[in-house]
Amino acid sequence: MAQALAGPEIERLIQLLGRLPGLGPRSARRAVLHLMRKREELLVPLADAMRVAAERIVTCDNCGNLDTQSPCTICRDSRRDPSILVVVESVGDLWALERAGALRANYHVLGATLSPFDGVGPDELSLPKLVERATGGAVKEVILALNATVEGQTTAHYITDLLTEVGVKVTRLAHGVPVGGELDYLDEGTLSAALLSRTTIG
Amino acid sequence: MEWQDQGLVLSTRRHGERDAILEVMTAEHGRHLGLVRGGKSSRQAPALQPGNRVALTWRARLEDHLGQFTAETLESRAGLVLTDALALQTVTHLALLMRLLPERAPHHRVFEAADAICTLLGQTDLMGPVLVRFELLILSELGFGLDLSCCAATGTHENLIFVSPKSGRAVSAEAGEPWADRMLKLPAFLLRDPRPRSEPDRFVEDGFALTGYFLERHLFEPRGLGHGGARSQLIANLLSRLRNNEQRAT
Repeated sequence: MAQALAGPEIERLIQLLGRLPGLGPRSARRAVLHLMRKREELLVPLADAMRVAAERIVTCDNCGNLDTQSPCTICRDSRRDPSILVVVESVGDLWALERAGALRANYHVLGATLSPFDGVGPDELSLPKLVERATGGAVKEVILALNATVEGQTTAHYITDLLTEVGVKVTRLAHGVPVGGELDYLDEGTLSAALLSRTTIG
Repeated sequence: MEWQDQGLVLSTRRHGERDAILEVMTAEHGRHLGLVRGGKSSRQAPALQPGNRVALTWRARLEDHLGQFTAETLESRAGLVLTDALALQTVTHLALLMRLLPERAPHHRVFEAADAICTLLGQTDLMGPVLVRFELLILSELGFGLDLSCCAATGTHENLIFVSPKSGRAVSAEAGEPWADRMLKLPAFLLRDPRPRSEPDRFVEDGFALTGYFLERHLFEPRGLGHGGARSQLIANLLSRLRNNEQRAT
């Protein structure tokens, strides 16, 4: 058994940080060591920020995003186009699309995707709220920004069927050649998806 | 321990940040799981999509370890699978059925049949009969095969149109008539005509009702599995497309 390097409080901190994505026990020890060295500049403000965030983080009642207020900052933003609703699986996907900055639209976070393998059915997804938002009249287009995986596309087809009666335009993200991608290096699945989704130029 | 084989990707589950647990149906080693280092990376993930046929190398220190896979695409079907709802549902259904098989037990016929069905993705008129036959094969491989060769009551090989829900054996029209309301219908494509020419949707519906009854009784219910939702959606979508095709043809 490994010998403890420090007191139980520090060991617990290392253990908790080691559970974060991208960090293992080794990198957690380095992070804790850095925090202890920069106690006043980093450790105390970080602890304070985490405590405040833990107290205030809520799930947005409207879109399912995580924020410190409900409705969230995105739902409150009046500069966004209310006629476009982008459906994503998780808050991580929402952040990724926001980083891209290609569209200033509203979002809807499903919380999961359908997976018959793992027993995740429609009841586990935030679908009634999505239908309610799409039915309101303000939304003209629903963009399904879901992963190009079996689970993601199963969910996309299910939502498409669900929204057929609502009468909004339903679109999905294109599948194909990534920016900077060279055809010679692409896999056959991506290439055939790109060919099937080809578009007219001009 | 090391072996090389071909496999059909059934599912991939994230393991840590970049690795994946790959589940495949192999030709010689049955349903098998293994770790793929970097399996969630943008380079490897496309090869590990369900429905793809891959060349596999499995390595482990001991035979009963999870082991590690390296996989290379032999035939990629992900492009079609991800864009067509029926193809997607078919691949998911095949994977769910193959999950009923025990791990690491060879089922050559299942691998060959599943691989053949994956080459037919997109051919709606063939999909119903081949999926019903595949479900019968799964029942048979697990020891619950139906006997459709002759009538359970009279031994005749003629005019077999029912299956007894009790014995799983075929019954002729004459022998089954008094209990017709309790009998399951035996679609003709399971005996003679592999491709129904008239009312294909009705025959396919009868076929799925037949296999669904025995799958539920022998496999889903005893194991507490609820595969009904995904299977029902696949059948509904398939029947809807068959009816649309038929309407267009007439």
